[in-house]
Amino acid sequence: MKQHADKAADFLRNEARADWHDEALWFVRAKRDKATHGVPEWETLRELASGIKEHTLSNLDGYLEQFEANARQNGVYVHWASNAAEHNSIVHGILIAHEVKRLVKSKSMLTEECGLNEYLAEHGIEVVDTDLGERIIQLKGEPPSHIVMPAIHLKKEEVGELFHEKLQTEQGASDPKYLTEAARQHLRKKFLAAQAALTGVNFAIAQTGGVVVCTNEGNADMGVHLAPLQIHSMGIEKVIPRAEHLGVFTRLLARSATGQPITIYTSHYHRPKAGGEMHIVIVDNGRSAQLGRQGYRNALKCIRCGACMNTCPIYRRSGGHSYGYTIPGPIGSILTPGISLERYSNLPFASTLCGSCSDVCPVKINIHEQLYNWRQDIAKAGHLPVAKKQGMRWAGLVLARPKWYGAFGKLARWAIRRLPRFMLYNSLNLWGKGRDLPEPPEQSFKEWYHKNRIKK
Amino acid sequence: MKVGLFIPCYIDQFYPQVGIATLELLEKLGCEAEYPPGQTCCGQPMANTGCERDAIATYHHFIDTFQAYDHIVTPSGSCTYHVRKHYDIIEQTEAVKKVRSGVLDLSEFLHDVLKVSSLDSRFPHRVGLHQSCHGLRGLRLGSGTERVVEPNSKLEALLRLVDGIELVELSRPDECCGFGGTFAINQPDISVKMGKSRIADHESKGVEVLTAGDMSCLMHLEGIIRRQKKNIRVKHIAEILNGAPL
Ligand code: SF4
Repeated sequence: MKQHADKAADFLRNEARADWHDEALWFVRAKRDKATHGVPEWETLRELASGIKEHTLSNLDGYLEQFEANARQNGVYVHWASNAAEHNSIVHGILIAHEVKRLVKSKSMLTEECGLNEYLAEHGIEVVDTDLGERIIQLKGEPPSHIVMPAIHLKKEEVGELFHEKLQTEQGASDPKYLTEAARQHLRKKFLAAQAALTGVNFAIAQTGGVVVCTNEGNADMGVHLAPLQIHSMGIEKVIPRAEHLGVFTRLLARSATGQPITIYTSHYHRPKAGGEMHIVIVDNGRSAQLGRQGYRNALKCIRCGACMNTCPIYRRSGGHSYGYTIPGPIGSILTPGISLERYSNLPFASTLCGSCSDVCPVKINIHEQLYNWRQDIAKAGHLPVAKKQGMRWAGLVLARPKWYGAFGKLARWAIRRLPRFMLYNSLNLWGKGRDLPEPPEQSFKEWYHKNRIKK
Repeated sequence: MKVGLFIPCYIDQFYPQVGIATLELLEKLGCEAEYPPGQTCCGQPMANTGCERDAIATYHHFIDTFQAYDHIVTPSGSCTYHVRKHYDIIEQTEAVKKVRSGVLDLSEFLHDVLKVSSLDSRFPHRVGLHQSCHGLRGLRLGSGTERVVEPNSKLEALLRLVDGIELVELSRPDECCGFGGTFAINQPDISVKMGKSRIADHESKGVEVLTAGDMSCLMHLEGIIRRQKKNIRVKHIAEILNGAPL
């Protein structure tokens, strides 16, 4: 499998495009800054949100059961899925029982994580993602590259081409308004024909048994109100104790995600509509294992705002697809090693540990510290490349011995000064790829100090 | 005041002038700065690569070298952060506790301990300040753009004491330069790209001299500047505060 570094190098081959991608995401980060700096109590809100999540995670079993009981009381069917396969077959089962052939979907990274679309397609059910970005990548047959803006890697001209091919828009048309309208007309038909609607969940309220979905396009509502059957898929970490806690999160979420004070729609679903049916599928899929992982459990506080991606200088310059998982960027890099330490062992290294992610995170996840810790665990488990491992062992030996260190430093300086350029700059010197080496001085500081400060 | 001077390994080997500027500056400000000769490195290169265990001997060596001092001053926010934050894996003896709480980045020491309010130095140039990440977000030497707090920067406050200096405002005042220790070698393409972006920001603002609290960032940026033959110089903040000529 290609490593993040290789995929990033591919991404950077088209430098103008990489710059465009970087700017597009930086624009969102800057909007986020503006929005958050308008809220003087921002840091208090973060603290509060982090605390509420901390408390909930420590009492997760109780809150989930309370949520289930209240939801059932409201006439909702509640299902539990321990993994992706179970989730998919539960959803499939509900659809079969209602003879559903056409499903519309909105706002669900969880179903992406579970591979629901492919699963249902194999079983002859048409699934249409109704949010614009999701629909674009669905038509393109690509995974999302961002959790909030899944098609952020595509330029409007490319969307125009895609729509021309799939939705018969005019050739060469790339006006976002025109394209959006075309998508709207196309989706309207899908909404009207759908027999069931599935949405993700931003927050599930234990106290009321209701779920809350935050959207900008209103497709969750459109789907749920039109179709007789509604299904909501949620990870176990989505629960919050009380309705009054919701305001803390909604204030943080939209500002962090897009710089909006609040999403256009905040939809609350508590009970089935008259004559309809409502199901909630609660999914674990590795989350309780994460909960039990010392030092890493607070990654479950994540409210999927995407701010850590927008701020990450590496994400912006390598793109979401370079991470090879549904959730890319800094949060993806601390969630994936828990899924497979071996497979994703390169992701915690796709960071300079600059710490910007931890500082933008609205629920104060210590992302960069977890990246550091994962590196230690990866090395301990033996998943470091041999050269790296040996190199560090030797560095450790040299740096603990002043005499070796002095001799080694002298040799390095001599080599850089004297060796011809072709010997210094070749494929073995990864530093030299795009950078010159420092010009080594005749004497080190230590040597200077001995001559100038130590009285003989 | 007596302080122990820690000159990080790459500064010792490649940028002795930064060590000299740090020492001279401390002496000018009335400190008795001692450079324990057996010193090497803080151990960060191994630890950031995941090999904390290979760094333990270096940690112990660092503690042994500096345990006699109440203040250990170093021209590196990154090494300071590493000792303070990550020396938690060795036994917390009195010596370890003392060293961890006594280690200070140069700017931090000047600003918080010596409370320097004037400097006898002149640097009549357009200067761009690169806020090195570990100093900024690890040691909180400044507020950073992410958090909603009163804007502040210890490095900027110190630079403003220099006569004739012209500090420029950047489009992205605290984005990472892409060095990241072994990241620079493990992910060279993206590392260089990040550096190029930072340099372009400084260049577009007419910066003559790019400065920072961490020479490692500057080593990386200078490498790119030289490769691309750009007309920007790099200087560690210690050199500017010490009144080095360009
Ligand atoms: S980790 Fe924090 S910043 Fe990143 S998506 Fe989750 S909540 Fe947002």
